[in-house]
Amino acid sequence: MLLEFEKPIVELESRIAEMKATAAERGLDLADSIKAIEDNLVKLKKDTYSRLTRWQRVQLSRHPDRPYTLDYIQTISSKFIELYGDRNVKDDKAMVGGIGEINGEPVMFIGHQKGRNTKQRQYRNFGMANPEGYRKALRLMKMAEKFNLPIVTLIDTPGAFPGMEAEERGQGEAIARNIRDMFMLKVPVICIVIGEGASGGALGIAIGDKVMMLEYTWYSVISPESCSSILWRSWDFKQQAAEALKLTAKDMEKFGLIDEIIKEPLGGAHIDPLSMAKKLKKVIHDTIIELKAQSADERIEKRIEKFSAMGVVNE
Amino acid sequence: MAWFNRAEKKGVTTPTELKREAPDGLWYKCAECKTVILTKAHQDNAYTCPTCNYHEKIGSKEYFELLFDNNEFTELDATLTSADPLEFTDTKPYPDRVKASIKKTGLNDAVRSGYGKVNGAYLVVACMDFSFIGGSMGSVVGEKIARAIDFARLHQIPFMMISKSGGARMMEAGYSLMQMAKTSAKLALLAEAKVPYISLLTDPTTGGVTASYAMLGDFNIAEPKSLIGFAGPRVIRETIGKDLPDGFQSAEFVLEHGFLDFIVDRKELKDKVADLLSMITKHLTVQGI
Repeated sequence: MLLEFEKPIVELESRIAEMKATAAERGLDLADSIKAIEDNLVKLKKDTYSRLTRWQRVQLSRHPDRPYTLDYIQTISSKFIELYGDRNVKDDKAMVGGIGEINGEPVMFIGHQKGRNTKQRQYRNFGMANPEGYRKALRLMKMAEKFNLPIVTLIDTPGAFPGMEAEERGQGEAIARNIRDMFMLKVPVICIVIGEGASGGALGIAIGDKVMMLEYTWYSVISPESCSSILWRSWDFKQQAAEALKLTAKDMEKFGLIDEIIKEPLGGAHIDPLSMAKKLKKVIHDTIIELKAQSADERIEKRIEKFSAMGVVNE
Repeated sequence: MAWFNRAEKKGVTTPTELKREAPDGLWYKCAECKTVILTKAHQDNAYTCPTCNYHEKIGSKEYFELLFDNNEFTELDATLTSADPLEFTDTKPYPDRVKASIKKTGLNDAVRSGYGKVNGAYLVVACMDFSFIGGSMGSVVGEKIARAIDFARLHQIPFMMISKSGGARMMEAGYSLMQMAKTSAKLALLAEAKVPYISLLTDPTTGGVTASYAMLGDFNIAEPKSLIGFAGPRVIRETIGKDLPDGFQSAEFVLEHGFLDFIVDRKELKDKVADLLSMITKHLTVQGI
């Protein structure tokens, strides 16, 4: 699938491929013209991706080819063993977790999981977790604390699931408890938004010593679509809503609401998933070392201080 | 042309503004059962209907008056007002919305906090006002609640939160979201200090407020028939494509599913809170007041 602004780039790419094929077939020397078009392509890409609107960034964060949580975990971790269930109700397929290794260091991975085709998307409930998903995540975090494993959470959700059973089983309570208890975890906690970071559903696994966002992701209190429907009373103002919400990685870093942005390959993580995963692996590895240099009490104190300082008021 | 004209003005000539049975605000009509009673009688009944027990939606002024002995309390952080860090505009600029709300309600934002005595024992109370932009939680709400919790911890006084909110305030976007984190962090510290926290959920309590401090009480209690949930009923209806059963997300429903300790009639609120706290605060000594 192609996004609107990806089309000219792909057109140019296929033209280059065609010319190369023609050159080889007929033994022509088209090197100069090909080089010229390739230069144009680089320029076009840089231009396009440096001028993306906030809405276009939201579209990129939802690109159907984008790597999801398990794609990253399986690439960056050896010996990954997935763990299931909240020990209460059931196993939530929209929230995954397990123990793996990064460069020989054991890590607890937790994250929202989306599906790639229709069947998988339904199976993963579109990445919208139920209360048991948040309780499963908390169970794994407490286990990580017990065995002294750093925690890495990968955030990619359009929101916590707004269904009847979710309400019956206490969606609000599950998220609230996670938020509160994550502040007191004695092990290092790293949270990375890899796609969509929608509201409480994201925050429920996003309290950490380091909170980071990939370059083309969004994180806010509501999706642009829902914001449009509530404030403009119509679904048609999602672009304006995205602008107003200032929900991109750059915005969130500027406001001091996240700690760091992780650059993506030009055009997005889906253009080169392997190099994205390698980058992520290095960032996680380095951050764990950095956080392990502090004591548990220091980390907890700083974690609380950081989030306590968030907000702007007139005294 | 009229068939006939009145030759001279006779009979009743009361001007419209005097055509009323009683002065404004003397009577209260129940929104549920339409019973009409004297406003004063309604007020003396803790703003509940004597016929059907409907709990009228009230604000911080009324809750403080119901809870604190002789309505005596010291307000905390009363002057905090909203900034506009995002320069947010939807159909109108956010600062205009805030100004209009301040003017309409006489409040500075959607929460007020204070401390005073309840049946003789100190209590810190933070209470939301739904009349201020739907009781939505932005930086001011989060900050005032955070400071009230800090005050409670520092002075070893129990904390009570009265929630009434549609959730996080969209116009402060990311900042609003992080107020859920900030307030929950403070509650984690309060819990560690073994200072009790009572969360009273009133009609309505939804969204980010439910998914943070409202559900984190040592005691989660609610007023009868309050709407309590994470997602609002409209969103759930749209998601499942069906109408919701009667009583879904009511306080009684939430109690039945195990997320509330009890439901409290507003007329008994003060005594019940005081009795409960008197049994679990023997380890605390109020500091520095």
